[in-house]
Amino acid sequence: MIWNRTIECASRDEMAAIQSERLIRTVQRVYHNIPSYRTKMQEKGLVPADIKSVEDITKLPFTIKSDLRDNYPFGMFTVPMSEIVRLHASSGTTGKPTVVGYTRNDLQMWAEVVTRSLGMAGVHQKDIVQVAYGYGLFTGGLGLHYGTENLGATVIPISGGNTQKQIQLMQDFQSTVIACTPSYALYLSEVMQEMGVDPESLKLRIGIFGAEPWSESMRREIESKLKIKAIDIYGLSEVVGPGVSCECEHQCGMHVNEDHFIPEIINPETLDPVAPGEIGELVFSTITKEGIPILRYRTRDLTRLIYDKCECGRTLVRMEKCMGRSDDMLIIRGVNVFPSQVESVLLSMSETEPHYLLIVDRVGTLDVLKLMVEVQEQFFSDEVRQLEALKKKITHNIQSILGISVDVKLVEPKTIERTAGKAKRVIDNRKI
Amino acid sequence: MIIKQVSVFLENKSGRLSEVTRILGDAGINISAFTIADTSDFGILRLVVSDPDEACKVLRDSDFSVQTTEVLLANSPNKPGGLAQLLEFLNAKGAFIEYMYAFSMNDDQATIVIRPTNMQRCLAILEEYAG
Repeated sequence: MIWNRTIECASRDEMAAIQSERLIRTVQRVYHNIPSYRTKMQEKGLVPADIKSVEDITKLPFTIKSDLRDNYPFGMFTVPMSEIVRLHASSGTTGKPTVVGYTRNDLQMWAEVVTRSLGMAGVHQKDIVQVAYGYGLFTGGLGLHYGTENLGATVIPISGGNTQKQIQLMQDFQSTVIACTPSYALYLSEVMQEMGVDPESLKLRIGIFGAEPWSESMRREIESKLKIKAIDIYGLSEVVGPGVSCECEHQCGMHVNEDHFIPEIINPETLDPVAPGEIGELVFSTITKEGIPILRYRTRDLTRLIYDKCECGRTLVRMEKCMGRSDDMLIIRGVNVFPSQVESVLLSMSETEPHYLLIVDRVGTLDVLKLMVEVQEQFFSDEVRQLEALKKKITHNIQSILGISVDVKLVEPKTIERTAGKAKRVIDNRKI
Repeated sequence: MIIKQVSVFLENKSGRLSEVTRILGDAGINISAFTIADTSDFGILRLVVSDPDEACKVLRDSDFSVQTTEVLLANSPNKPGGLAQLLEFLNAKGAFIEYMYAFSMNDDQATIVIRPTNMQRCLAILEEYAG
């Protein structure tokens, strides 16, 4: 089902006209309302009138995650708090989260793009959608929730976890759609097997999966184990949340809702646009958001854009599954983890440079994070209980910063391999 | 008497203990006593050696985490109840012991290593006991 045919099937010229008009308005608004944007534009010798069409977008300065952090919590909002009706936040690199605020119109726009995404995935009004993304500061749960209601389907707001109950409700309420992370989908299939529940006996037909990277082989595994069609949805809270883009039934790239979010691909080294169809870093500009409009936000996700018309009839540009990151961020159980967060915790506990290694494994279907810390002499104590207390303290401090559990192991000095003087910080053993 | 004990951080993996003893042996350092405190993940090897400073140096050169700690040597009669008598005295005087282990033994004397919470206080108590 194509929810908004006028937009989703617009010609390239029509889309460019919409984008140009909205971009011009957004640039004017941020220039006059957000000092940090004004300063950045002035540094490039730009005034709002220099942006005459969407073609001029490349003249604009970039926004990066630390811009949001530097203006924590509300410094990038363009409207007074009285107009902000909801806040969401995602984990930041130093423990400070990235905060986004939504006006009433922003929430309506968000519901619209999620509704379109559900339409792309093949969901219709008769469906019963079980939203097993976390509800809370994370955008996954509430994002899918309001999109489903807007579509007119039935939503089961079960949130994440409670796996046996998830499966019980799938049986009792006859859910036809499940929305969660792809790794949780695999976990659900395992628990079904343990409970003796045959996926064929359920009514599930579509899965909408996002918030973490997953491969084509994982898609095939989920589809064969749960007997469903597995659809990839993309989003990030800085832009809006889930619904920035989503696959259609043809599963050939995610259609970007580009009348709200303009995508670009740049070379992460030179910051120049890449040739059409080439892989690079994905950059988004929001052109309808009121609470916290964001220009040329560097997502750090690596992908490419496909402008050919899709078999589904949509003309919206498609982005391929993300192929990695241009920074060292890890996504573990839907949570963003930067090695620098771990480093800052260890640094705060000792005076010299800590040597550590993060190891991510997929045990069964769940991601586990292990941290090896070398016991340098500044950490070493002759007493067992002091070393155990140290281990506990590292575990506790890291868990409270990252928000996910970590298994800390104290190791001897020089255990962690150094290459060319620089220690390797991350080993990701997950096959995704 | 106060002496310097050498402590070494060891992961629980095979061959590490023999490596430490080989390094010390090659450096001409004699081990008079040792003990290992172990947990499920790691261990602390504590050694009394002929040259603690040199031992630290050669172990550090081989990338071990090493530390020296002051410990006390105490004598106790080598007969049933000998150690009990010493510990009862320490206990009665309020000395608290973090850990201890045996050092050497002959026909009439046994020597033990004690790591007390309060070094000076325990030393005074031991002197009082010996005196």
